Amino acid sequence: MLCLGQVYGNASSIHYFGQGAKRQLEAARRQIASLIHASPGEVIFTSGGTESDNMAVLGVARASANASASRHVISSSIEHPAVLGPCMQLQREGADITLLRCGASGIVDPDDVRKALRPDTVLVSVMHANNELGTIQPIAEISRITREAGVPLHVDGVQALGKIAVDVDALGVDLYSMSGHKLYAPKGVGALYIRKGTRMAPIAFGGHHERDRRAGTENVPSAAAFGAAAELAAGRLAEESERLRALRDRLERRVLESIPDTGINGDRGNRVPNTSNIYFDGIDGEALVIALDLRGFAVSTGAACSSGALTPSHVLTAIGLSADRARASMRFSLGHGNTAEQVDALVDALGASMMHLRRISVHA
Amino acid sequence: MPEQPIAVAMSGGVDSSTVAALLVRQGRAVVGMTMQLWNQRRLPELSTEHSTGRCCSLDDVYDARHVAEQIGIPYYVVNFERQFEEQVVKPFVEEYLAGRTPIPCTLCNNYIKFDRFLEMADSVGAGHMATGHYARIRYHEAAGRYRLLRAVDAAKDQTYFLFGLTQGQLARTLFPLGDLNKTEVRELARGMDLAVASKGDSQEICFVPNGDYAAFMSAYLRETGVTARQTSGEIVTTDGRTLGRHQGVHHFTVGQRKGLGIATGEPLYVIATDAERQRVVVGGNDDLLRSRFFAGSVNWISIAGVSHPVRAQVKIRNKHRAAGATLHATGDAARVEVVFDEAQRAVTPGQGAVFYDGDLVLGGGWIE
Repeated sequence: MLCLGQVYGNASSIHYFGQGAKRQLEAARRQIASLIHASPGEVIFTSGGTESDNMAVLGVARASANASASRHVISSSIEHPAVLGPCMQLQREGADITLLRCGASGIVDPDDVRKALRPDTVLVSVMHANNELGTIQPIAEISRITREAGVPLHVDGVQALGKIAVDVDALGVDLYSMSGHKLYAPKGVGALYIRKGTRMAPIAFGGHHERDRRAGTENVPSAAAFGAAAELAAGRLAEESERLRALRDRLERRVLESIPDTGINGDRGNRVPNTSNIYFDGIDGEALVIALDLRGFAVSTGAACSSGALTPSHVLTAIGLSADRARASMRFSLGHGNTAEQVDALVDALGASMMHLRRISVHA
Repeated sequence: MPEQPIAVAMSGGVDSSTVAALLVRQGRAVVGMTMQLWNQRRLPELSTEHSTGRCCSLDDVYDARHVAEQIGIPYYVVNFERQFEEQVVKPFVEEYLAGRTPIPCTLCNNYIKFDRFLEMADSVGAGHMATGHYARIRYHEAAGRYRLLRAVDAAKDQTYFLFGLTQGQLARTLFPLGDLNKTEVRELARGMDLAVASKGDSQEICFVPNGDYAAFMSAYLRETGVTARQTSGEIVTTDGRTLGRHQGVHHFTVGQRKGLGIATGEPLYVIATDAERQRVVVGGNDDLLRSRFFAGSVNWISIAGVSHPVRAQVKIRNKHRAAGATLHATGDAARVEVVFDEAQRAVTPGQGAVFYDGDLVLGGGWIE
């Protein structure tokens, strides 16, 4: 709030007020860098995860030395649309895209990355944790392969940041996308980690902000909030992730015990602690979402961004679910404010809604 | 949920918005839902900046959500695109290709609005649904049936499109606007300060931009990769003379005068289309007159059926003024022969025939 009320300078201005804004911005940059064990000069602010992903994918591919020759990009079929979208754009610009498949586990096999590499591969982009399943991808193993091949590795970390420890050096990533609101900062701010020396073409022009990486006046109040959120997340990461894991496991145990024809989508072991994707066979997921919302529980069928879409989740389809089971699947995300009592109430509400829904579908 | 809420089908227009607001004002628990039926990003070649009658546009969802916020009700967009395409769009296209003139609004009412939507209402714990249709429902003790009646506002009456409603559907449906006229509805909307109070009425078939069926059909067939069989053929007169050629029977509908591309002395009308032989039959105005036809797949509403000849007024398209007729039973309870007192113009296969007794909707079926 200090930022909104009193720090009204432009962080690029030389004068006193500008310097005040600049101080806030740089403090936030240090806080975020510290959360991912990067140096502050490698972190730039963006408007959110989508922009970070676009900058990374488009920027690195377009900056590749053999821009005039063929360009090849490797990504996975379970990426967020913020990565798949720019990949499709590169395809329209003439690039070849390989989307790695992954089995029922929802985890990409590093060996598939190795096999997909070509001499003209200019970028590999694989997410850290899947947004619908929560499954954690073997980034460190993938980076050993990409490093050996001399290909930059971008990782969409939006869903992992604040949920599991992130160390960009240990992971070996060259670019890492982050979103503020996933850490409870306001919506509309994100960041991109860019390892020093990474070649990247800008996607917006007209300013020298953020070390020439991103033109445009920085959103100082939101960046400061993101910084503060990052510091809070760093402080409580270990404790909070254990707490969320226990809650999530409680939710799954109780659902599987009390509601028939249910199961967990994706690998159960290798997941961020707060996410659970459960199928309820024979149910219209959309109806269940509404029924639960009316009972005070906010869940979603797929990614929040694509709710209401006609096709079932591309992630659930990619891991081999039938269209019917994909439509009958529900994503549960637990957060800082959730308690065991709430989880129990949710399971009760789920049970009641399910009884009602299954009774209706028998008549229908 | 202490009280079972009413699910209101909100289109973002003034009618359904007023329905939701009226029910809230009466102290009822209301859930607003907008049906997403057609993806406007499909068939981009059809969209123009000034497209009219676009359903499910983002603007409409925005308007409905705004109203829901104003009146303080939970609001959801429910996606029925798959069902809409299967049960409304595909049959519409097939009927047209088969040389008939379908009415998708009735199919949509039968299979989507009063079927799928009602099921969704049920799923989320709502016992009843309400819409902004202009029609009235009354329970008739003696007959033990729900009756459907024309709206008080004759100009807005929508019963022609509602002839497929079953007793089960009628029992769970509310039409709060049936006793009001449009002017009153707008005044109510204005009085309640609804954001959509001055919004224009929707027209045309919602998924067909600018009412251009032929363009929609071509684009849809192209997108779905269906190659229509040979669609060109001859234009012939009732007495067998060939006058010219046409580019597909689906471009023509019975009673049509314009667009034949033939210059003759007296005005020519389409009398019939024959998809089998790809022929369009044309003739003079008198050739369009018919005094009897069969209606199939009849749904009886206010009465259980006809066993002996029953007097009625029969409407053969939405803008048709119901004409005096006698309904004759056939061996099949869901099929009747309609005999008009005076021959009527352009009895069109594929359109609905709705039987009235004054304000009462007896039932309706499809013109064979």
